[in-house]
Amino acid sequence: MAIVELPENVRITSLDRLVAWCRSYSLWPMPYATACCGIELMATGASRTDISRFGAEVFRFSPRQCDLMLVAGRVVMKMMPVLQRIWQQMYEPKWCVAMGACASTGGVFDTYSVVQGIDRFIPVDVYVPGCPPRPEQLIQSLVDLQQKIQAEDTIFGREFDAPSRQRAKRPLQE
Amino acid sequence: MTEPQTIHALKGAYGDLAFSEYRGQTRVVVPLALIHDVLETLKERLGFDLLVDITCVDYLRYRGAQDRFGMVYLLANVETNERITARTFVNDPEPTVPSMVDLWAGADWLEREVWDLFGIRFSGHPDLRRIVLPDGFEAHPLRKDYPLQGRGERHNLPVIRRAEG
Repeated sequence: MAIVELPENVRITSLDRLVAWCRSYSLWPMPYATACCGIELMATGASRTDISRFGAEVFRFSPRQCDLMLVAGRVVMKMMPVLQRIWQQMYEPKWCVAMGACASTGGVFDTYSVVQGIDRFIPVDVYVPGCPPRPEQLIQSLVDLQQKIQAEDTIFGREFDAPSRQRAKRPLQE
Repeated sequence: MTEPQTIHALKGAYGDLAFSEYRGQTRVVVPLALIHDVLETLKERLGFDLLVDITCVDYLRYRGAQDRFGMVYLLANVETNERITARTFVNDPEPTVPSMVDLWAGADWLEREVWDLFGIRFSGHPDLRRIVLPDGFEAHPLRKDYPLQGRGERHNLPVIRRAEG
């Protein structure tokens, strides 16, 4: 068996891993900003924190051009069908970040109209604590999401077949 | 502040309406049957041409309260800077007050909001639909007998899973 010396600038990997690596560095965020978290989201997109270091600077306001939904702020029950429709308009592969206490759990707004965590009605990949989270925290969630994408995503979307990804969370009963 | 001649004119036209004063604001309590007449007089004869707000108070279990709901009309006279608060009381079942849309077109959405959140009906309103809450909402959540966390409305929504995306 002949041993081939690889040149220094050549790596061997699987196509899945290569594609996942590419995907993780070209996230196009869809800003779904409904409250004060949206201000921090804007700050994250500004020059000081420079989200383009992580390849996610292309904010688009059309869900059809995006693959990362950033839900920043509280979502009320009248807004939930809109949020779900926007989520369904995004093409696979797509990911969702629940930014801040309100999007993750409802926060202090434990009232009749505020949804107690968007993860009860749409899938969420990363939760960001904070009220509102600082831009550094949002960037950390982006790095975490990149690791998640590189670890599991495949070119044919096999990970979506897993039962754990298909099972819906049970909504709270009262 | 309301000028004395305004109060005098109202008393002359409608007899003994209950006037009171608190921190420079004049309030008048009007019987339900007279409320449209009194507001029309205030607008057409006394110059209160601006309807600032229509709102409602639920006096359920309120100390000393005789009636369930208090309708509140805040009016202003743009010429003289006078302000006056007119109030009237309504009760269950089916609390109904006359609509003021024929006097101020701006009353339309204000009355829809009161209908949405308190469940007060406005007779003569052209388009009494919910304005803030979703159309399918059943209750009127600013009533005091409505629980703060609702009756499950916020959880009664379809769930989207990853595979359906």
